[in-house]
Amino acid sequence: MKQTISFKLNDQNVSVDVNGDESLLTVIRTYLDKTGTKFGCGLGDCGACTILIDNEATRSCMVIVEDIEGKEIITIEGLASGEILHPIQKAFVTLDALQCGFCTPGMIMNALGLLIKNPTPTRDEIIYGMEENLCRCGSYNRIIDAIQLAAKEMNQKVKI
Amino acid sequence: MKPNKIDQLYFSDVNEPIRLDRREFLKKLGGGIIVVFCLGKLSLLDGWGQNDAADELNFNAYLRVKEDGRVDCYTGKIEMGQGIITSLAQVLAEELEVPISSVDMIMGDTELCPYDAGTWGSLTTRFADPVIRAAAAEAREILIDLAAEKLNVNKEELTIEEGVIFVKNNTTIKTTFAEITKGKKIVQSLSKKPSIKTSKEFKIIGKPTISADAVDKVTGKAMYSGDIKLPNMVYATVVRPAVYGSKKLKVDASGLAAFEGIQLIEEEDLVAVIHADPEIANKAAKKVKVSWEAPEARADNESIFQYLEAHIKDSNVYEEAGNLEIGNKTSTKIIKTAYQDGYKAHAPIETHAATCYFEKDKLTMWVSSQTPFGTREQLANTLNIPLENVHIKQIFLGGGFGGKIYNQQAIEAAKIAKSCGKPVQLVWSRKEEFMYDRFRPAALMNVKSGVDDKGKLNLWEFDIYCAGTRGTKLFYDVPNNRTRMFNEKNVRGDSHTNRLNNVSVHPFGTGAWRAPGNNSTTFARESHIDTTALAAGIDPLEFRLNNLKNVDMIVTLKLAAETFGWTRKKEDGHGYGIALGEDAGTCVAILAEVFVDKSTGEVTPIKMVCAQDMGQVVNPHGATVQTEGGLTMGLGYALYEDVEFVGGKVKSKNFKNYTITKFSKTPEIECVFRDKMDSKPQGGGEPAIICVGGAIANAVFDACGARVNRIPVTPERILAAIKK
Ligand code: FES
Ligand code: FES
Repeated sequence: MKQTISFKLNDQNVSVDVNGDESLLTVIRTYLDKTGTKFGCGLGDCGACTILIDNEATRSCMVIVEDIEGKEIITIEGLASGEILHPIQKAFVTLDALQCGFCTPGMIMNALGLLIKNPTPTRDEIIYGMEENLCRCGSYNRIIDAIQLAAKEMNQKVKI
Repeated sequence: MKPNKIDQLYFSDVNEPIRLDRREFLKKLGGGIIVVFCLGKLSLLDGWGQNDAADELNFNAYLRVKEDGRVDCYTGKIEMGQGIITSLAQVLAEELEVPISSVDMIMGDTELCPYDAGTWGSLTTRFADPVIRAAAAEAREILIDLAAEKLNVNKEELTIEEGVIFVKNNTTIKTTFAEITKGKKIVQSLSKKPSIKTSKEFKIIGKPTISADAVDKVTGKAMYSGDIKLPNMVYATVVRPAVYGSKKLKVDASGLAAFEGIQLIEEEDLVAVIHADPEIANKAAKKVKVSWEAPEARADNESIFQYLEAHIKDSNVYEEAGNLEIGNKTSTKIIKTAYQDGYKAHAPIETHAATCYFEKDKLTMWVSSQTPFGTREQLANTLNIPLENVHIKQIFLGGGFGGKIYNQQAIEAAKIAKSCGKPVQLVWSRKEEFMYDRFRPAALMNVKSGVDDKGKLNLWEFDIYCAGTRGTKLFYDVPNNRTRMFNEKNVRGDSHTNRLNNVSVHPFGTGAWRAPGNNSTTFARESHIDTTALAAGIDPLEFRLNNLKNVDMIVTLKLAAETFGWTRKKEDGHGYGIALGEDAGTCVAILAEVFVDKSTGEVTPIKMVCAQDMGQVVNPHGATVQTEGGLTMGLGYALYEDVEFVGGKVKSKNFKNYTITKFSKTPEIECVFRDKMDSKPQGGGEPAIICVGGAIANAVFDACGARVNRIPVTPERILAAIKK
């Protein structure tokens, strides 16, 4: 049964007419044309689809859309302001924490969720918090370094 | 310039036939200065080019200095994370004297780019670089000539920097690429050997450069095949059997009645459903009941090695020297061991995907493929339409590793689009990705070695099943040796193509996996070298140095050992291991440190050092990223990855039951390269990974005394080996 579901996506109010049991991932990609969030497994195993729901890093493939009525969603498209990259994005570029880039949006969103909860994570806390996000290209060490770099910059509140 | 004039230009310089479609495409390129040449003319590049006589003579543009002064670089290669979008732009920028930011890479578009057999085998840097450098050097000469004319000076007085051409001792007399090319269309073919720079003159080659595509990838703007959305597009889900290789018997689609807007597609063995909503297509596909005839299971992941050895009886000698009998007699210790390696999945995070549409009978497709030109050919053949009627467009790939060269999804998507007459998107599920992946084949290696009382290798017998020849040329100095490839009679090529009575010996598709076969054989060889060193009572590093003949390999090994600190004190429960290998022209040495928990058998990689001799390193930063990636991915096959199956029924269906390397298992990694800037660049995307299995197995042995001769080196196998 189709229903109208309204929520906030990257600071914009949106409404979609969809079956309530569609995954949020499908809705974002197919109905709202935000394809930066990736499908890697649809099973909650890889993290490529990670987004923020009310500031909490979440696997969008494991959430059904009727559960997000009225909530606030942030996807990778919502991070940069114009040309100015978010510190995490900037750190990923500076340290080249990506290769094919397919896991990257999910990695960045998961990292953001982590840093919102814990602005000064240790290396081990980063590893623990990122553990279930997979990168077949093997960029893990650079991703850890990038998150550390971004945390530093975010804490200094330096505008970059 | 009129097309016929352009034709004349071609033919005056290149006396080879030009395929019509290639001439046509020049019109599409627009104005500016275009440098073209023929693959057959690559001998001009003095052996730097990929000059295979079998290559079709093909006339291509390699770069265009556009009327706005920016430069398009055309390559049939694709970007899948290996960084060539950056390194190719670098070499072009170097020779043409433009900032790297003014280069636009046009990759893998079959209507704009030069024919290319595919992006694999770590060939890009070896073979595409020289061509692009030559084209850029040629363009530089043309630009200087034109500038001399425009500025009315001698061309010897001119120089180029950052896209500006000026008189050397009067920088106010200058012009730009944009000014020179404005309103022109000049097609120039490479006719003489271009003068390319030597390493002393390099400004950009060899400089660490951040990936050109990084910003697009961190903002979600980078487009992959499944991100394309076309008007009226439908999403397809293919109905799959449980067992690989099953034949369709009967289709019962009555269950589809419950779905509105669903359509069934049946094309020979292909059964699919399409819908404007991908999840509805998925749900509906489950309601289509197909009866399948499944092939009989011949082996599972445990019995497969016996099966292979029992069934593949013929062999041919790949390499031999001396006399095995003498080798046997002169050796004081003889060691014989069988090594095994199970099937491995490519498991890219992006599954196979394709989006396509027909316009009359012309097909346009975005596809996650390492072989855009191969895809074009496969599609033209399958659909029985001319090559020109298939257009593969440029797109990013979310990883490939050799798995995306077969293009099954492209054929499926095209058949469905043709059948339904609508634009179609097909994205494989993770389960399909595991089932239809062309796995790295299970391999079996029987090794026999002999060593004398001075620690000199005298005998080496290497029998290889299903791993092929790549990297198996013996670089140790063993007077009596023989390497055999076990193959069915009259089968050409590597042994991973094994077929018996025209049926593959493998229960499902197999194929190239990042450095095909070389991971398996390097693991076997390097494990066995350690075992032999142990029998001889000699340190594994010293034993290798004593028995190596290849100077590059010796230097590379020493570099790795120094960087790692082979003699530094070991912590309790830690072990060190070495492995050497050769792949795509590159010498690799890896030294690894692991910690093994003796009670659980769990391995924690602590540190890996990788030294490589890869000739000229165009982008040391990119090469480092690639190497780190190879090592990290390699830890997966070394420690966890193993496809479980019974016959064609693949039991590893997702990342829950097929573990790849994760954050917590990634050790500190250090990469070092031999500095050889004036030599040819060698492969970089694959070589490092080949040594991971051997280095880890050897380090595990060093840490806890468990010699595991089968990868992955799992906790169970370690515990079993400790008990022995
Ligand atoms: S796509 Fe959601 S976790 Fe993999
Ligand atoms: S960059 Fe390719 S999967 Fe992470």
